[in-house]
Amino acid sequence: MHRFANPTRFMRLSAALLPWTAGAALALIAAGLYLGLFGSPADYQQGESVRIMYVHVPSAWMAMFCYTFMAGASAVGLIWKHPLADLAAKATAPVGACFTLLALITGSLWGKPMWGTWWEWDARMTSVLVLFFLYLGYIALINAFDDPTRGLKAAAILALVGFANVPIIKFSVDWWNTLHQPASVFKAGGPSIDPSMLAPLLLMGVGFTVYFLWVLMLRLRTEIVAAKVRALRLRQVRSGAPATPSGATPLGAKG
Amino acid sequence: MDRFLSLVGRDLHLAQRHGFDSLLVVVFFIIAVVLFPFGVGPEPNILARIAAGVIWVAALLASMLSLERLFQTDYEDGSLELLLLAPLPLELVVLAKVAAHWLTTGLPLIVAAPLLAVLLNMNGAGFAVLVAALALGTPTLSLVGAVGAGLVLGSRRGGVLLSLLVLPLFIPVLVFGVGAVDGAIGGFAFRSPLLILGGMLLAALALCPWASGAALRQALG
Amino acid sequence: MDRFIGHGLTCIRGERLVFSGLGFTLESGGALVLTGPNGSGKSSLLRLMAGLLAPAAGTLTWNGEAVASDREAHGGRLHYVGHLDAVKPVLSVMENVAFWANLRPGGGPAAAEAALAVFGIEHLAGVPGRFLSAGQRRRVNLARILAAPAPLWLLDEPTTALDRAAVATLEAAIASHRQAGGMVAAATHTPLSLGSAQTLDLGAFETEVAA
Repeated sequence: MHRFANPTRFMRLSAALLPWTAGAALALIAAGLYLGLFGSPADYQQGESVRIMYVHVPSAWMAMFCYTFMAGASAVGLIWKHPLADLAAKATAPVGACFTLLALITGSLWGKPMWGTWWEWDARMTSVLVLFFLYLGYIALINAFDDPTRGLKAAAILALVGFANVPIIKFSVDWWNTLHQPASVFKAGGPSIDPSMLAPLLLMGVGFTVYFLWVLMLRLRTEIVAAKVRALRLRQVRSGAPATPSGATPLGAKG
Repeated sequence: MDRFLSLVGRDLHLAQRHGFDSLLVVVFFIIAVVLFPFGVGPEPNILARIAAGVIWVAALLASMLSLERLFQTDYEDGSLELLLLAPLPLELVVLAKVAAHWLTTGLPLIVAAPLLAVLLNMNGAGFAVLVAALALGTPTLSLVGAVGAGLVLGSRRGGVLLSLLVLPLFIPVLVFGVGAVDGAIGGFAFRSPLLILGGMLLAALALCPWASGAALRQALG
Repeated sequence: MDRFIGHGLTCIRGERLVFSGLGFTLESGGALVLTGPNGSGKSSLLRLMAGLLAPAAGTLTWNGEAVASDREAHGGRLHYVGHLDAVKPVLSVMENVAFWANLRPGGGPAAAEAALAVFGIEHLAGVPGRFLSAGQRRRVNLARILAAPAPLWLLDEPTTALDRAAVATLEAAIASHRQAGGMVAAATHTPLSLGSAQTLDLGAFETEVAA
């Protein structure tokens, strides 16, 4: 974090938005869960277990959305050297990884009554599993350097390389899957879905997205504060005198 | 072009002076494959069924192991800085190093693969396609790996980290590489997976030196 | 007449502002000596001049053209000597120097041989790098920059591990390089006698950090 970045505006804006996004996310998810668990019919084939879909499908959406967001933020960071973009990509990764893990766990729970096994090498599930590995690699790389900015820059390149590879991996997994087992059981999310099921699904989807924005802002604020602490430490080392918080210049201030 | 060749020549020369080092990769490849009969039993039918997959997975791991050193020594002794400042595009420098790396590690794997296919009792119909698929696939592995090798320079635990970054990206090569061999053995189309492997090689040739160059720049910046 | 100008340069390493608002002008035959305490950014400035680092702000121009617009051309007109000597342990001294000379226009085996002679290591030509002492390795690295012509020399602590005779050889090499119209920027702790050199004290730009 250097004096050319201007996170003060972000800090002000996010402070105002935080309670609203938190409230909206909780309300949307609560409404979606209520409709999904009580307000919608059971599937005529899958019975009550279809309700796992209301968590599974939005999680899978978010897994992909977060990776796309991460790659976009990385591109902005690489091209326009905006430090907030790099930090946003970094802050997104663990959230995206959690959504991916949630999609995997719920998929496995859903698969048990459907297929009779906890894990089926279904094309979609396998792609999500590979996506999870991509997230893990990104998180590992960002934390692998003693200099945090070095990790940010390396991880930004990795995010773009990974993003370019996602369609190729998806294609290869689909091809592999049709070679070995032609039929996929996952039909949920298709266009034939009943409107009474679509409403909770969309509510959950929007709720998860708003939740992501909320957590992203929280994490970004934490990152910025951590950068401030590091700047203070550095000043302490350079000046040889203990730096007091009151003597600290705010990050956005002109040096 | 002369400079490109002199770069390739220097890396080959270095590999030759290090002698046994690049052969170690082939030895690893062979040992990794030989472990499988111990793991799944010596039943010829089972081994024949999994032969293509086993050889490909072992080739993947072997080429990944050797990737860690791709830029590491040049990074540690300061040569990489001078290569970055050499009056030729960084992408060509990367391409030259990848070419030398493939010649010293990828090519021996291809030579050893038919031998291992015999050990695993693989159907004779798959041999030629196995070699062709490895010839198209292993350069892609080296190219994609070069991006990862650039990214992990200067990190703690480079090797383990590199495998975490690169192995998921190797999956498409694995899928189509095995697919081609299984196709040839099973009597169905093996041309399209081979063509896709070729397509991936061309795409990697166009994109990876560029991404790897960006990784090297930030590693030294 | 070549002219290498830096203007309003700001350098950020990691999260640390190393210097800002720094400028310099180097012309053919000129020399710039960088001084300042540890961590004041001497190495960073040389890496910036070489194009290994991108400045966070400011411009570097060569005869009016931005250096960043053509990295290969800039790389071709400079020699950089860093902290590491880039000597391969398994290659002989001659092979080490000749490889770098061959990558550049005007360099070749003959030039490499002459360069070894200048630094008094021609008798080591066939010796593999792993047998060299630190001072010998440094002389191999310095012979590298003589083996192919380039107008701009960027030397980061070039006298490290050199004995007094070798320092004198280096000073003479720099003097004849400048006489031929070359320019030199060097960071050094030990006095390196360069006639009529400008001095840039990076400590002066350091106050920015505390602001």
